[in-house]
Amino acid sequence: MAPFASDDSATAAEVDDLRAARRRKAARYVVPVAVVGVAAATIGLVPALADSGDPDLPKISAQELIERIAASDVEQLSGTVKITTDLGLPDLGGLESSLASGAMESGDGGSSADPSSKLTELATGTHTLRVAADGPDKQKLSLLESASEYSVIHNGKDVWGYDSKSNEVYHSTTSGSAEDGKDQAAPATPQEMAEEALKAVDDTTSVTVDGTAQVAGRDAYRLVIKPKDSGSTVGQITVAVDSKTGLPLKFTLTPSSGGAAVVDAGFTQVSFAKPAASTFDFTPPKGAKVTEGEDIKGEDIQGGEGHEGAERHARPEEDFGKGLDGLKVIGEGWNSVAVFDTGGEGMPSGSEAGGQFGGFLDSLGDKVTGKFGSGTVFSTRLVNALMTDDGKVYVGAVDKAALVKAADAGK
Amino acid sequence: MSRVEVDAPQGRGELRDQPPQRESRRTTFYGTLFRNELHTTFRRWRTLALLGVLAAVPILVGIAVKIETGDGSSAGGAGGGGPAFISQITNNGLFLVFTALAATLPFFLPMAIGVIAGDAIAGEANAGTLRYLLVAPAGRTRLLLTKYATVMTFCLVATLVVGVSALTVGALLFPLGDLTTISGTTISFTDGLLRALLIALVVAASLIGVAALGLFVSTLTTSGIAAMATTVGLLITVQILDQIPQLDALHPYFFSHYWLSFADLMREPIYWDDLTKNLGLQALYAVVFGSAAWARFTTKDIGS
Repeated sequence: MAPFASDDSATAAEVDDLRAARRRKAARYVVPVAVVGVAAATIGLVPALADSGDPDLPKISAQELIERIAASDVEQLSGTVKITTDLGLPDLGGLESSLASGAMESGDGGSSADPSSKLTELATGTHTLRVAADGPDKQKLSLLESASEYSVIHNGKDVWGYDSKSNEVYHSTTSGSAEDGKDQAAPATPQEMAEEALKAVDDTTSVTVDGTAQVAGRDAYRLVIKPKDSGSTVGQITVAVDSKTGLPLKFTLTPSSGGAAVVDAGFTQVSFAKPAASTFDFTPPKGAKVTEGEDIKGEDIQGGEGHEGAERHARPEEDFGKGLDGLKVIGEGWNSVAVFDTGGEGMPSGSEAGGQFGGFLDSLGDKVTGKFGSGTVFSTRLVNALMTDDGKVYVGAVDKAALVKAADAGK
Repeated sequence: MSRVEVDAPQGRGELRDQPPQRESRRTTFYGTLFRNELHTTFRRWRTLALLGVLAAVPILVGIAVKIETGDGSSAGGAGGGGPAFISQITNNGLFLVFTALAATLPFFLPMAIGVIAGDAIAGEANAGTLRYLLVAPAGRTRLLLTKYATVMTFCLVATLVVGVSALTVGALLFPLGDLTTISGTTISFTDGLLRALLIALVVAASLIGVAALGLFVSTLTTSGIAAMATTVGLLITVQILDQIPQLDALHPYFFSHYWLSFADLMREPIYWDDLTKNLGLQALYAVVFGSAAWARFTTKDIGS
């Protein structure tokens, strides 16, 4: 340690000193280690401490809660919404998006600012959105991307789509009335999703209020919607409803197979103050490429396209089938299965298609046989589809056994 | 201070022959020590060359965009490729500031910081000047703090060099005026300038972590080149690891993970979540590696 070991007269005391010095040196390294420890503890503990437990709210029946949602007249709000979607689709990564963009470009010379081309992106992964609304005539929905943003702004008669990454603008005018406008607010807000879920309420469904929760710093009731029959892939749907305004704040769809939620959309931050008027002002920036859309009806703008887009993404087979005749629905409620006849020979099996392509097809689906014959089941975490070898397709949010049962019954 | 340091000059006769002006580099007045460090750092050709390279990046980007869009096509291609904000440059020169910072932040800026920070202690040791600095009564802790302050000043100066160069080139080649935020709202040019300044400060603050890391590496070795290479190597490694999806759980702890969050300042209203995460992470790196550098430097034997 000492480069200057000239003091060869080191006494015992000096040796002790050296040892003490060495200990002091080691002690200094405790500081960075302690900092790391404190930081790790803070990261681990703060969320746990901040979670002050479920709020104490007066008891309320499911019926009253649904009425409160229906009576909700929130017109002014702004907030941040986080959406996580995990449909369990085969992960095609970049291939998927390149195919999609390729299709879009060949389609209508597409502008990347076209709402329908953007909102399908929501069907996978985690996204952060910002919503702002001020009455039926002014809404804004922004999809936050890395260093860019995609916004849909509805202000009076104008609907603008602005993609800051490519600096492209999409413009159209609404012919819809103000009431239509209200429906457009934001397809991704919990409100719309809750309404969709509540439409399905009938005698096949149990709706209960299951305690309370804190969402985006607000006290909320948890409304739990569950299919009564087994066989559905939907485990339960939970809607957190703001106790004061009746606005649904969070929507979670858990599959019956367990695991992470298929869809989890909720406010992480919400304010019911009037958003600044400038939020809804939009003038296309100089030099931006503006694509004029046709006049569209209110429902097409976001609610329709966004939702349909997501569904199309989730159930390609079904969408494909919509164009065909002979679409039938078997069963009711949660266990309903859509059937249609492609009229074709069905899916070529792996051996028929041969080669690598055949192997690829087989890897996507499972072979099943039953009274109906044989076919292939394609599964996602929410929707399953059975394609029989004679060209019939059964699709539903039900498990494999229920699909086979439906196919057997249909025979 | 261990007794070895106090005793050290006694073993080396040549220290007594040290020229008197050397003393002025480490007087008891803190500001003087800092000023001398700044002077030494910014007078080096190496530092000036680094700043020159940084200033050249916006010039290159600006000229490239000008040439590419000369025929009326949009910059960055139809799909919006290239660095952030590049498609807006032709409409507003101020966006060149944001593009230049987005282009230099992942590599050029931290590399420059790595060179300066890696050289801070190890370079002195290599050149044999470190022990002269340490005979001063100033103390090692203060010397280390001064070195870190110098590196941080370089972070700020380097960022401002990029920003000012980009603003000058942007003003010369492209029109200026009101600008559209990425949220689609319009803000005035003055407001835009303020945001540009704020972004430059955030970018400079984003480099605090690399600076602390570089300083720690610099206390580990007596070879300036080794320290620089290690720091820049770590920088590249972390950037690569940050791209690997399987390491998702680790990403939020990489110092470079939230770097591009400065773009959130161009949203309306500003989206603070990632910005605060970035600044908190940089502070954590500064404290952890700063104290590790302190632990190492105050206990190590200085032989050269």
